[in-house]
Amino acid sequence: MIARNKSFIAIFCLLFSATVLLAASVGDGAWKSKVPEKDRMRDNPYDSQAGAVAAGAKLFRQNCSSCHGSEATGTEKKPTLRSDRVRTATPGELEWLLKNGSMKNGMPSWSRLPEQQRWQIVSYLKSL
Amino acid sequence: MLALGCLLLWSRPSHAQETYFVTYTHHMEEPGNLEFATKSVSGFPRAGNAFLGNAVELEYGVKAWWSAELYLDSQTTANESSLFTGFRFENRFRPLLSEHWINPVLYAEFEDINSADKALLEVVGHDGVADFLGRNDRSEKKREVELKLILGSNFKGWNVSENFIAEKNIAGEPWEFGYAVAVSRPLSLAASPNPCRFCRENFALGAELYGGLGDRYSFGLHDTSHYLAPTIAWHLPSGPTFSFSPAAGLNSNSHGFLMRFGVSYEIDQFISRLRGKR
Repeated sequence: MIARNKSFIAIFCLLFSATVLLAASVGDGAWKSKVPEKDRMRDNPYDSQAGAVAAGAKLFRQNCSSCHGSEATGTEKKPTLRSDRVRTATPGELEWLLKNGSMKNGMPSWSRLPEQQRWQIVSYLKSL
Repeated sequence: MLALGCLLLWSRPSHAQETYFVTYTHHMEEPGNLEFATKSVSGFPRAGNAFLGNAVELEYGVKAWWSAELYLDSQTTANESSLFTGFRFENRFRPLLSEHWINPVLYAEFEDINSADKALLEVVGHDGVADFLGRNDRSEKKREVELKLILGSNFKGWNVSENFIAEKNIAGEPWEFGYAVAVSRPLSLAASPNPCRFCRENFALGAELYGGLGDRYSFGLHDTSHYLAPTIAWHLPSGPTFSFSPAAGLNSNSHGFLMRFGVSYEIDQFISRLRGKR
């Protein structure tokens, strides 16, 4: 019984270590280069809708401002979103980043927000 | 407690993300955020005393792909006593770092609870209403390891999550198995432009189905308990999330009715706040 418990603990430790190493080693680097072409070319369905920027600003305050600052100017360790990188990104690229995150760099996936809300945030980001 | 109270008053809460009571989604805690949550369950067994089981949860986002949680369990049973019943420490890891059709999360937990625990955070093996009929008894220690494979998907605003559970008492009892599946959706997929508390996007409705699958020597549905539970969550913008879930037992081994309710509250960038950098 003791031998069985020891082998169980060994297997558990091995799986635990492998998971941590795998997660740590899989980086996405420059996230823009990872965006599939069909996602990059997607248009924002909320582009012409009144209120999309205001709704996006509200969502930004609720979900993003803790890291990126209430004015999207960044915080100590998190980048400003009033940057050329964001300005030149296509709406599709920004929505892809919100959906997938850049987890190695600390940006979580926002897939828990419905796609519509992610597009509203994109509307706000493109208005900055 | 005073320090904790000050921190709560001083903090600017984020959106807590709890929707289900038993089922885990693939969504992780945002890195640096700390979530306080309570999960309570009340039951009224016909042949026993009514009880209220509680779990206080502290969840921290270590990395975007790694969340750690500590649970402190307690319970109150009518005509008997109130007890602290133990703790649980768990970690969740997301091995795939981008969103897929199905997103796996690996879950590992160690729990040190006693036989009086009534938090009902999961149902495994041959767990059933009979476990709740005796008087409070702390004599049996349950030092258990629990592993879960969490699968989650988001599709057109719906979240679908499946959990496969394996639990083992390290004192030498056999592996026990269980499952939990859940689905939920916000009432509105798009956000309204104005700040509001009662907007449809702040409410999520769903349902959970969970139960035991026997153990290594008697795998299957025989002598197991199962529950079907609608869930309602109300997220207050920049405030707590309230959740309710009335659960109906699906067979004679189950509690006839369980009422679950919870509150969660998230403090963003907890460590930075402690260091006074925010």
